[in-house]
Amino acid sequence: MAEIATRMGPLDGRSLATNAVVIEAARPASRIALRAPSASLAALSLALGVDLPDRPKSAASRGTRHAFWLGPDEWLIIDEDRTDLNVACRGAEVLHSCVDVSHRNTAILVSGARVEDVLSAGCPQDLSLEAFPVGACSRTVLGKIEIVLYRTAEDDFRIEVWRSFSDYAFTLLTEAARDLSS
Amino acid sequence: MLLIRCPYCQEERPELEFRHAGEAHVVRPHNIADISDEEFEAFFFHRANPKGITHERWRHVHGCGRFFNAVRDTVSDRFVTTYKAGEPKPALEEHKA
Repeated sequence: MAEIATRMGPLDGRSLATNAVVIEAARPASRIALRAPSASLAALSLALGVDLPDRPKSAASRGTRHAFWLGPDEWLIIDEDRTDLNVACRGAEVLHSCVDVSHRNTAILVSGARVEDVLSAGCPQDLSLEAFPVGACSRTVLGKIEIVLYRTAEDDFRIEVWRSFSDYAFTLLTEAARDLSS
Repeated sequence: MLLIRCPYCQEERPELEFRHAGEAHVVRPHNIADISDEEFEAFFFHRANPKGITHERWRHVHGCGRFFNAVRDTVSDRFVTTYKAGEPKPALEEHKA
């Protein structure tokens, strides 16, 4: 009998839906941590098919591919179709460093009318629409761990979190959601 | 919670995202192998630790990850201004309000 290894996500099967928010694990995605000087941006944008943002706290998307500005020369690229992004970067023959971190991170999707309140239980940033508009992205803190927060819609956030911290993040968010709904 | 302005993110961010990184503008001697023990001690160990205005390095460790410099009042804990690493000490008169 053939033995087939099944890959398990760290948050598989976990979700919470209350009248305040819905918290669920995101589908697996491929990710790279990209470092590059500004001179390489144009070629890398072309190779990746998404314009790398150069403004703080911004993100760019095309289809299922997203580029998050993390620092002046640092981006997190995500492809929800799980395309190999390292191969895509090879098309750009300019100075850059890309490291595949697909399995280092996992993502949590939080949505609902009170999503800002739930996130604010652990995130110290101002998450109002004026300060953190749709499409904004920032590396920040959730409780005692580091996350990358991305606002996909007015009441919809994606939280990129390190795999080994994902249980902590998920539990913190579900506890916050239960506090709000009771 | 204190809000600290990161000169790279160009925005005020909560202090939890930052980490203190010692005194700023400590210049490493170019002839480090030639200087005396006393001179090395002064460079390596001695810090001003003033009461009042001080220049410090800070790092936006849970944000953009960059080191930058800050002018802070050690009495009131007020951040007078922040500026990018490598920039000269700012003239402070313009920031006194």
